[in-house]
This record gives sequence, C-alpha cells and structure tokens, in this order.
Amino acid sequence: MIQLIPRENVSPVLSLLGPLFSIGFTMLIGGILFYFLGVDPFAAIKMIFWDPLMSETFSTYSIPQIFIKGAPLILIALGLSVGFKANIWNIGAEGQYIMGAIFGASFALSLYPLESAFIFPLMVFIGIAGGCLWSLIPAILKIRFNVNEILVSLMLVYVAEQILALASLGFLRNPDGAGFPGSRNLSQYPSASNSELILGTGIHLGVVLSLFMIVFFYILFFRHSLGFKIKLLGSSPKAYSFSGQNPNKLIFICLTLSGGLAGLAGIMEVAGPAGQINIDFNVGYGFTAIIVAFLGRLNPIGILFAGLVMALTYVGGELTQFMLNLPAAAIQLFQGMLLFFLLSFDLFVYYKIRLRGN
Amino acid sequence: MMNDLSSQSENILLQCSAINKEFSGVKANSNVSITVGKSQIHALLGENGAGKSTLVKIIYGLLQPDSGTMRFSDAEYAPKSPKDARELGVGMVFQHFSLFEPLSAFDNILLGLDKNIDVKSLREEVKTLSESYGLEVNLSSYIGDLSAGERQRVEIIRALLQKPKLLIMDEPTSVLTPFECEKLFKTLKKLASEGTSILYISHKLKEISFLCDTASVLRKGELIGEYDPKKMTAKALGELMVGQTLSQPKRPSATKKKNRVLSVSMAEVKPDTQFGVTLKNINFDVHQSEILGLGGVAGNGQEELMQLITGERIDRSIDIKYLDSNIQLLNPHKRRELGMAFAPEERLGHSAVGSLSLSENSLITDPKKRFQTNLGFIDFDELRNYTESVIEKFNVKTTGAQAVASSLSGGNLQKFVVGREVGQRPSLLVVNQPTWGVDALSAANIREAIVEIANSGAAVILISQDLDELLEISNKVAFLTNGLLSIPTETKNIKSSEIGALMGGLRAGETI
Repeated sequence: MIQLIPRENVSPVLSLLGPLFSIGFTMLIGGILFYFLGVDPFAAIKMIFWDPLMSETFSTYSIPQIFIKGAPLILIALGLSVGFKANIWNIGAEGQYIMGAIFGASFALSLYPLESAFIFPLMVFIGIAGGCLWSLIPAILKIRFNVNEILVSLMLVYVAEQILALASLGFLRNPDGAGFPGSRNLSQYPSASNSELILGTGIHLGVVLSLFMIVFFYILFFRHSLGFKIKLLGSSPKAYSFSGQNPNKLIFICLTLSGGLAGLAGIMEVAGPAGQINIDFNVGYGFTAIIVAFLGRLNPIGILFAGLVMALTYVGGELTQFMLNLPAAAIQLFQGMLLFFLLSFDLFVYYKIRLRGN
Repeated sequence: MMNDLSSQSENILLQCSAINKEFSGVKANSNVSITVGKSQIHALLGENGAGKSTLVKIIYGLLQPDSGTMRFSDAEYAPKSPKDARELGVGMVFQHFSLFEPLSAFDNILLGLDKNIDVKSLREEVKTLSESYGLEVNLSSYIGDLSAGERQRVEIIRALLQKPKLLIMDEPTSVLTPFECEKLFKTLKKLASEGTSILYISHKLKEISFLCDTASVLRKGELIGEYDPKKMTAKALGELMVGQTLSQPKRPSATKKKNRVLSVSMAEVKPDTQFGVTLKNINFDVHQSEILGLGGVAGNGQEELMQLITGERIDRSIDIKYLDSNIQLLNPHKRRELGMAFAPEERLGHSAVGSLSLSENSLITDPKKRFQTNLGFIDFDELRNYTESVIEKFNVKTTGAQAVASSLSGGNLQKFVVGREVGQRPSLLVVNQPTWGVDALSAANIREAIVEIANSGAAVILISQDLDELLEISNKVAFLTNGLLSIPTETKNIKSSEIGALMGGLRAGETI
C-alpha cells in the first residue's frame, strides 16, 4: 500500500525544484511526442527553449515577442494568484481579457478620428472596468446565491467569445475594411495606440505595468494586512470568520482584482501588439496564465519567471510551427504538460511517500 | 499488587525494556521500562512532551524504538504498524480522533475494521457494545456534526470491537460528564475484570487514584517511577509529574455590586447544521470581576451558544447586550473592537491556523489594529514583540514567533491562544473548554490567567465540562443540557449532591 504523509515543513529547495523538474520532464516527454510526430526532438526542444533567445537568426524577432507575450501572462497570472491564495477560483480570465479589449476598443473607436490626450488613459480605464464587470458576474452570483464561481467564470469565456465575434463582424467592424471582419487598427489611431516605448524592443506600456504590478503584489502579499486576510481565508475559512471579517468582501475584491488585471492585459494587447478586435483576437492567455500562476507558486517573483518561461514556449512554439511544421496543438499540449507535471511533482513536495508491504 | 508482578511472570501482559527513541536530537524516551500486568489498569502519567505519546505510539506500532525490546503475551513483540499491533491484540483510542468527517459514525466504525464483516451483525454488535458500556452515539449522524465527546465514543466503540487484550486510552475522560465518566470507569473495570489490560493516559489525577492499580510517571522522557495511586494524594502525584509544586488558583473574590458587562437572553434558536442543538430559554448576565461557569457535556449546545456570543452566527431573535448596547448584529471583529475577546474550543482551524506562524496567528484577532499602520501595512516589529511577549508570559514551549502553529503541542497552542486573547486586555473574555486535552501545568497556568483577568476587572464566561475547574474558579455556574441552561447559581452555595441533577437537566431547587 502506498501512503501519503503530509510534510510538516515543506523545504524551500524542494518547492523550487518542483517547477524546474516539471520543465525538465515536459522537455523529455514533449521530446518523445515530437519524435512520434516525425520531428527531431532535440531540434524541436532547442528551437523552443534556446533559439528564441540565442539564435542570431531568430532572436531579434523573438526577444521582443517574449516581452509582448509575457506581459499579458504575468498581468493575468498576478490577478489570478490573489484569488487562488484565498481559494477563490476564477477560471474565466480569458473572457475578462476579451471583454477588457472590447470595452476599451469600443470606447476609443467610438471617438475615432478625434485626437486627444485623454483618450488613451480613459480607454485603459474602461478596458479595466470591462474586465472587472465580467468578473463581477461570478462574484455577485457567488456572494448572493453561493453559485460556484469556477463554472460561471468558465462559461462566461464562451459568452465573451461570442460577443467578440459579434463585435468583429458587427458593431466594431471597420467601415473602410472592404467587408472583412475586424475593427479598425488602433495602432494607426495615435490617440489610442499602445505603441512600443523603445523601438524594436517589444516593450510597451503593458510590459512596464506588469513589472510595476509584480512589485505592487509583492507588497500586498507580504507587507499588507489585506494580503494576510487573503491568506487566512485560503488557509481556514472558519478562522477567517472567527477573525470577524466578512468573506463576501474578500470574494468581491479577489474576483474584481483578477478581472481588472485581465481587462488591463486585454486593452494593452488590442491597442498594441494585436492592433484590432478580431474573431481570433484571444489566443488563450487567460488559460495559460493559470499555469503561470501555479508554476510561479502564486508568488509575484515566481510569476515573473514563470510568465517569461511560458512566453518562451509560445514564441518557440511558433518557430517550430513554421520551421519544423509542428502542429499548433502540439505546443498547447506541451504547455498543458507543464502544469500536469508541476501538479504531479507537488505531490512529492508536499507529501512524503511511504511504501508499505501488505 | 505491584510486588506480586515481579515474582509472577505469567501475570505479565506487556513488558517494555529500556526503550529509547530520539527525534532530531531530542530524547523522547530514554531507557523507559514499564510492565503492564494482565487485567491491570495501568496509568501513564506525565506532562505534554514527557514522552507518554511516544511510548504508546511505539507500543501501538506507529513508531519503532531506536533501541529496547518489548514482550507481549510471552512473545517477542515488535509491531511494524498499528495493524500488526491490532492483530496481536493491542487497541488504542487516540486523543485526537482519526475519523472521517463527511462519513457517518457507523461508516467510520466499519472503515476502522481490518476484517470484512457482515454489516447487519456489526450494527447489532455496535448497538450492544454502546448500550452495555454507556457509549451512546447516533450511528447515522455525520462525524462532522458530532461533538468532541460523541466522536470519542465512536473511537472507543471502534477499539472495543477488536476485542483487544491491551487497550490504550489516551485522555479518554476529557470530554465526558462525571456521570459518563463513572459509566466509563465501570466499563473499564468490567473489561479489566474480564482479562483486558488497560494502559490509561490521563492528567486527571483524581480519576487515576480512583481507577488505576499502578501509575508510571514519566518526566522529560524518563521514567520517574512506579507508584500506587491509591496510596498517594492527587497533589503528590501531580507534583511528581511536573517536578515542581502546583499552584491552586482561587476564584475571584466576590465584591460589592459591579456593573453588568454582558446579558444574553433567547427564547429559542434553531441550529444551522443538521445535527446541531436547539437552544431554548437561555438567560444569563455576567458582571465585572466575575467568572460565570457554563458546565455540561460538550455537544449540549456549547458550540452553538459560543457562536452566538462571538458573532460568528447572527440571529436577530436573540437579545444580547454588551454594556447596555445592543450587539446582536455585530460581527466578531466589531464585538472585539468593543472589548470582547474569545477563545473557542477548537484550536487548529478555528482560533488558530496550523500552517501559519505564531506571529501571523496573533494577527487573526487584532481589533485595535495594534499591528497595522493607518494604511493597513503590517507592523512586523510590533507583531513579533507582542507574540514573543505572549510566548514568554504564558510559558509557551516553542522555537519562537516564527514557528508554525501546528508544530506546537495542544497545551502549548492553547496557552498561546488564551494568552493572545488575554493580552488584548478585554472587558469580557469568553473561553470554551480552555483546558481540554491540556496538561496539568498548562491547565493551571491557563486557569491562573483567567482568574487574573477577572481580578483585574474583566467579566469572564468559562464554558467547560471540567467540573473541578468550574467549581474551583467560577463565581456562578449554570449547566447546559440539551440546549437548556439551568439558572446560574452561586458556586459556593451548590451542594455537590445537586450537581448531577443540575447536569441532568433539572433546575436548581427542583428535586429528583
């Protein structure tokens, strides 16, 4: 019989080794998968993890791409980590990301072609509000009727995707776009464009804000009483209610914070790298960010590194697609494996395994 | 009897010789040798951390000794697991229950058996056992809805089903009424007379004097000696175990008329869980410098009443006044802001969180925002200072303020929780079972702290099923039975003959 015994003290080294081991195992099993897909596994792994950073051919394109893809992952993962710490499970960041983009873009495009310095900040604000609004639905349902926030937030992703299609084909469609789906390009609307701050680096306002948010959340988690309350609710709801606070307030804060950050990521993306609202605007950052949050151990510094690693697999994955003809699904599988192995290794991090003859 | 043991080896059931066990440099057991005779009720006495648990865990196969040997029923005995131990005839009832909360009492009993057994006949067997030994339990109730006392009865039944030759009981009476204790003692004596030996761990010296044939006293991992508890006073035994003289706190001196601090009045409050207790006709006041004791066995409405007093449960129909202001709608935090402090029965997961450090646990109840700046940032220096002062003042044995709460023994954690609340200098302190499962010295410290805060002017509500404790330190007592509270009576006016009737649900003055 196999027995799992919770470890009394989880070693920080082991806790750090978990994510590293899971990356290693993902490479190994992913490599085997690639082999059966008829691709040289060593070349594929090298192309995912090494070439984007080190190859002269690719790195000038890839490194800015890592910032571009890392920023939304980090922003969303930070927001999710707040809720996850409190055992509040917002799974629908993808939907909040889409709604943030639609809200912000709708506001900016409704003023097109007016130029004003107020448009950009207002657009960002409305984008954040859009994300918040979308996460308020599961928050209110949970608080008022005790509806499971996991299901509601997840379902709302699909609703948001339909609204995205509606926007791209209907109310936001570019009138000068010859009937093609998709909105006007915001990067060609100076008042609403989230352009690169330093040309050729990929660094836009969203990247800067994501770094700022890492510091903000670090202070929140480790220095502020709100961070303690979040931890307390996650550790023991009974102790939390003994401490006398109303858990509903915290459910509200956690869900709106994560929705707001997803909305921020969405508006930064649509006004910057993506440029326009289109049917294929969302590429799964909201879901991948769940992996980032856990890979980073719900710690802001960890999330920084996890976000960069995940961005690397996106960029490297794209490379393997057009260089080695690997299917896009193989790369999603690769990312999924990362979470799978992380959760598997966590078993060894948090439990001792005892084998017993029987 | 003891003298006979050495000469009659055929009367020996269990013999432990020179048992040593070390945990990362700390000697939990150092050359401990004890002998348990057949049909003997053998007490194992000692403070928390004296090595009693380690020794019984070795006997029950949960731990393996570093060195030393054991013989059981005239054979070498070295159980590798509790299953081995059970097969050879050693059963154990733990102080901390190993029950599954979402399952029914009966399913828990079923799951605890090593062999497959017919469910129907098991149900019969359990019924007979529980009836003949006075272990009443609603078998279909979920464990999660049962009180600590009822949970323990499930554990006892489970162990008795194995028909053990040696039954280890870890603090079995800590949750029972005097009446139930007597019943249990009858059970144990009956078991002993039928040939079962009992290794009995307890801090309650009086019951050891009454029940046990022999007492082995452990202190700091070493065997101090074997004594005949019938020939010694409880105080002498206690002092052997602690290694120092024990103080006996006195109840606060009754003085002139004091202000009323809290008054509670309710007609009927239905429980919010399926198997909870309905509270009926509960009326009491508590005044400055007064300890009001609420007795009765756990599971008779104590938990429900506590939740209404702390504000964890809000009920509009009850009338609860604190210093003449109505507080029925205030949450626990707001009640604390007014000067109330609470220490509920459950330590881990309610008043304290095991995975958090002691410092963080201090932050759980911080009504006056002593550890926070105006913007809500945590003042870590202040927090550590406060936590360390509680640790020092209440003699909490721990590695420091950064130690996680789950690393503390039950008694030490309880001292910390009570210390944390008392340190807020409340005007009203409400404690539920403050010394449950706590060793004698810690219990004495906790009682002393409760009396001290009452003497300094605070009102105290002491909910406890430890009758000695209630009679020792409270000014007034009332008893909760099936959700009904007897009328509070001056402790000094209570005749000991009346107590049983009061606990049985009669009101003071009524006759049987």
